[in-house]
Amino acid sequence: MASTMLWASRAASYLRISVFHRGFSTVLKDLKYADSHEWVKVTGNAATIGITDHAQDHLGDVVYVELPEVGAAVKQGDSFGAVESVKATSDVNSPVSGKVVEVNEELSSSPALVNSSPYEDGWIIKVEMNDAAELKNLMDSEKYSKFCEEEDSKH
Amino acid sequence: MNLMRFKGLPILKQLRIEEQLLRTSSENWCIINDGTNDPTIVMGVSGKPAELLEIESVLRDQVPVIRRFTGGGTVIVDPGTIFVTFICNKEAVPDLQPYPRPIMSWSSSLYSKVFEGIGDFHLRENDYVFGNHKFGGNAQSITKTKWIHHTSFLWDFDVWNMAYLKLPKQAPAYRSARGHLDFICRLKDYMSRSTFIDKTVEAARTQFLLRSFELGTVENCSETEFRPSTRFLTNEELEAAAVAGQ
Repeated sequence: MASTMLWASRAASYLRISVFHRGFSTVLKDLKYADSHEWVKVTGNAATIGITDHAQDHLGDVVYVELPEVGAAVKQGDSFGAVESVKATSDVNSPVSGKVVEVNEELSSSPALVNSSPYEDGWIIKVEMNDAAELKNLMDSEKYSKFCEEEDSKH
Repeated sequence: MNLMRFKGLPILKQLRIEEQLLRTSSENWCIINDGTNDPTIVMGVSGKPAELLEIESVLRDQVPVIRRFTGGGTVIVDPGTIFVTFICNKEAVPDLQPYPRPIMSWSSSLYSKVFEGIGDFHLRENDYVFGNHKFGGNAQSITKTKWIHHTSFLWDFDVWNMAYLKLPKQAPAYRSARGHLDFICRLKDYMSRSTFIDKTVEAARTQFLLRSFELGTVENCSETEFRPSTRFLTNEELEAAAVAGQ
């Protein structure tokens, strides 16, 4: 684990991505976060969405991902799909409102990508946003890190 | 916490009530169903019929198959099955993180009170066991604000019904490839139905203020147009699954 984290820090430094390590979960600097533990990467009007390292770690091995249809509408804070792990289905909620333009079909055959690569290959949907102003309702990486620490310390 | 008790309620109706309460109610619920009248196969949300069921026999004998809204495995339920469900707001249990493992652990501590001094009860991976024999299977669904944990207890079972189920690919390690009859055991060998249900209610009372609720009240109170996902699979779907090997 320690050598993996060292490698990750070096790689992040090379790629100029800031990485916070809080305990054993990773938070990426350039993303926005919902309090239900989803992340969103915004480029113009396009949003890529997945669940955070904190979420995948607490959920356990993901065995199934329920994906929405392309073209479906999503609303900030509402569920658009689910992941199954252990014996549980857990809702995945959209951090932004808009229309689903792409889903990660790889997750149908390889749901464990959500665990192994929550911010990269484990992305879940891509959305064309219809209200960029909503992003102000989300947390930046620093706030999200603190949020996770507070949540974990309460239990 | 509202307590609803049923006897012989059809399992599809029970699951649809649970799904509706999870999605539309802001209250906490405990549901106990003492047996379900018709033998029915119940698969988890991602279950693949061809992997889990002997489809030919299921179709031949017209055994109903339900896909439920929670995760987890496949069971065949009948009048010998006792169902206990907890539907809770995230704040209902202090200091409980709303994730699968903490919820599972909380549930096992509740049932430890029920089975205190009886039969070497514990939670083994995600099953309730006496020793290494399973008598209770669990499943959950977790939303932004609530969670459900429901259990089917094998108070009794019909050995012939087990023949409709294949050995699952995703089995707990402690199963050690045992067939159904070597893996499971009957709760009736340890406790009467009424004792089990009474002790479960008593254990719930140590954590919640319980008040009885009638089904009619639930149905009348629903103000939302909620459409449950829990449903029967059709013969056509089962036949197609058999052909496709899914």
